Amino acid sequence: MTFNVLLQNLSNGISLGFLFALIAIGYSMVYGILNLINFAHGDIFMMATFFVYYAIALFSIPWGLAFFVGILLTILLGVSVDRFAYRPLRNSPRISCLCSAIGMSFLLENFAIVVFGGRPKAFFRPEIFTKMYTIFNVRIHSVSIVTPVIAILALLVLTYIIHRTKIGLAMRAISRDFDTANLMGININKTIAFTFAIGSGLAAIGAILWALRYPQIYPYMGIFPGWRAFAAAIMGGIGSIRGATLGGFLVGLLSIMIVVFLPALAGYKDAFIFIGVIIVLSFKPKGLFGEE
Amino acid sequence: MSILKTDNITMQFGGLTAVSNFIIEAKEGELVGLIGPNGAGKTTIFNMLTGTYKPTKGKIYFYDKEISGKGIDRITSLGIARTFQNIRLFSDLSVLDNVKVGAHVHMKSSVWKTIARWPSYLYEEENIHERAISLLKVVHLENLKDDLAGSLPYGEQRRLEIARALATSPKLLLLDEPAAGMNPQESKDLMEFIIEIQNRFKLTIILIEHDMKVVMGICKRIIVLDYGITIAEGNPIEIQNNPEVIKAYLGVEATYA
Amino acid sequence: MKKNILYFLLNISIILLIIIFVITANRNFDSYIIRILNLCAIYIILGVSLNLINGFTGQFSLGHAGFMSIGAYMSALLYMSPELKEVNFFITPLIWPLSVIQIPFVFSLIIAGLVSAGVGFLIGIPCLRLKGDYLAIVTFGFSEIIRVIFNNLQNVTNGPIGLKGLPTHTNLWWSFGIAILTVLVVKNLINSSYGRALKSIRENETAAEAMGVNLFFHKSLAFAIGAFFAGLGGALLGSFIMTIDPNTFSFLLTFQLIVIVVVGGLGSITGTVISAIIITVLMEVLRSVESPMNIFGLHVPGIPGMRMLVFAILLMTVVLFFKKGLMGMKEWSWDGLLKKYFPDNER
Repeated sequence: MTFNVLLQNLSNGISLGFLFALIAIGYSMVYGILNLINFAHGDIFMMATFFVYYAIALFSIPWGLAFFVGILLTILLGVSVDRFAYRPLRNSPRISCLCSAIGMSFLLENFAIVVFGGRPKAFFRPEIFTKMYTIFNVRIHSVSIVTPVIAILALLVLTYIIHRTKIGLAMRAISRDFDTANLMGININKTIAFTFAIGSGLAAIGAILWALRYPQIYPYMGIFPGWRAFAAAIMGGIGSIRGATLGGFLVGLLSIMIVVFLPALAGYKDAFIFIGVIIVLSFKPKGLFGEE
Repeated sequence: MSILKTDNITMQFGGLTAVSNFIIEAKEGELVGLIGPNGAGKTTIFNMLTGTYKPTKGKIYFYDKEISGKGIDRITSLGIARTFQNIRLFSDLSVLDNVKVGAHVHMKSSVWKTIARWPSYLYEEENIHERAISLLKVVHLENLKDDLAGSLPYGEQRRLEIARALATSPKLLLLDEPAAGMNPQESKDLMEFIIEIQNRFKLTIILIEHDMKVVMGICKRIIVLDYGITIAEGNPIEIQNNPEVIKAYLGVEATYA
Repeated sequence: MKKNILYFLLNISIILLIIIFVITANRNFDSYIIRILNLCAIYIILGVSLNLINGFTGQFSLGHAGFMSIGAYMSALLYMSPELKEVNFFITPLIWPLSVIQIPFVFSLIIAGLVSAGVGFLIGIPCLRLKGDYLAIVTFGFSEIIRVIFNNLQNVTNGPIGLKGLPTHTNLWWSFGIAILTVLVVKNLINSSYGRALKSIRENETAAEAMGVNLFFHKSLAFAIGAFFAGLGGALLGSFIMTIDPNTFSFLLTFQLIVIVVVGGLGSITGTVISAIIITVLMEVLRSVESPMNIFGLHVPGIPGMRMLVFAILLMTVVLFFKKGLMGMKEWSWDGLLKKYFPDNER
């Protein structure tokens, strides 16, 4: 194992970690506020890539604008999912919400199959994202450089929103105590919609970065990153932004490192993720960093 | 003979001491009242007695056997039953089924015999049914036996909870604020009801209550708790005239007809 | 007592009717219809066993596919002939003693069910303190872990290639027979003191425990029995479709079962049975939508994915508008029938 190869894999792992973190935050925030695991989150991630794809393919929009449009449409989608699939069940037993979330996930996936077709499509990669740079003898993909930058920016903006704006305060209040927040006059539905908007927006950013890195998009592409990100959110401590980020790293690095250091067990990679989740939940039901 | 004994039990949650050095001794057939301002630790004591919490310090003895920290369902099978401050009924089950659940703890037939509908199981099931009906008659709910528990009005839900607890064949019954939300007439009926079931089922009862009429009316012995510490113990007259108690209860009517 | 004898006789007559039906079907129906009947019965087994865990005990498990997979593989590895095994395991040979064992279908079923039940019990243990979403995730996780393990254990399961050419032991007698057994066992369990204990756990765990219901025992009971029948169902399914691989029993299958159980009503055996039949038939009908058809000479291309899309919409519709499903928590019973048509006949 040369140092170069190690660095290479490390940079891959870090980049991947940021991607998972971006998606994990969406899961975390929604769970923190609604106590609901949004099974459809990974599929919203998937839809983002298709929004961008068709924006370029059908309307020939320049890619920068297409990214922006894609993010916007994804936010709209996320908020709609809440409005139509989760909001009506606010006062229903938990199992109804769970079923709704699972149903929504399958709905989006199969909608994509029916409308977009099951065969993978090639995502448009602008010139600058195809370059490879060599830093300290390590070959790094340009996407791997852009990803952490964008992710950190997004996280900073998010932290600002959560801790310094009124609506961020509302979100924190609701995740602490739903009923009291309601009684205090906080507009629950608006705040929840905003939470979904942020989560979906971040997922969309993550989706675009993901598609730039692995430019094949298909209806089931959200499943793999979705579950990884979800595992990250749980292990980091669902409801916690910090936890989701650190969890994302854990999962990202682990995924790469297992393949590198224990190639014999590579086939069991997926299983390890779940074993990790189960172990963490068994001993620390609130995740490694508890609830924020 | 005393069936319940605790030796200096203490309950600490992190840095907070909810109950400290609590001693109680309940004799067979006694009706003991446990009173004190809100947050004094009364329900915490119930939770220790029923196994929900394991005392941080000290032990609890039931019929001279140590039960501190044993499982909740185990303690119930040994003969301690409780009702809850916030009613916890099985809302989507029928009134009758709610009571029958209480009887399950003493079920002797195995799962195999149950599924195969063995005669011994059928016999047990018939007994459970009859006992449940008779318990419902005691609480005057037998006409509502097939209604869903969640659809009952508040007062009747409280009575159902008591019937359910009685179904576990307890020797010690812990009632947590059974008179909460009742008007004076209902409280009076409740008082008579508690005495009646105590005699009929030969129970020892510990009662948490805020309604002083009820407590002073039926409890022979009262323990007063404040900030987790016992500040007084005695019969109703003694308690009413105890300056410590009056101090802790500033504002509560000290007059009692 | 007289009532019980009456009900017993009525139940026997129903079973006799079903037997006559099966004989008639085997003799007269064409193989397509028989195929659907077999599938209906298998989905009844799977749905009712899932409902025991999810609906009656309130433990929302998403791991049913894992139990089915275990049952299917376990039984297949036992009833396949050594020659068939050799043909299948051409890359890595199957381990001994499985490579030489061959036992009759019936025993392979029993063992498959028991192994599945054992795993169900084990899975129940970490799930004890988990609720709602977390429980769903962990059970899903176990199902995935099983899938991954089966994908990698070349010398036991033949890895991703799976097992092909399985002999078709499944017929109407087996599928209907086990379906009846499943319904009877679950029904007898639910309508008993143990059943009430399970339901009390669903309603309010704290109160249930306070009333003396041992949570560990009862939750394990539900998981074990549910897994047992899921294993049987999986074994029957395996021998029916003649090919199994680790991905046959995927989350998709669990999802279909969830739809069946939710549509039928989470607390009703009757509901699950009816729903299983309706949805199995619906699946077949929709299958034709997915493949190209010729309508009046016009070539209509198939729409793949339509089936699952319809299912997802169906699930969403029920969850959003018909929360209790078809039957809610109600059951058809002789008692209910009697009360309806002979209302003055009291006890």
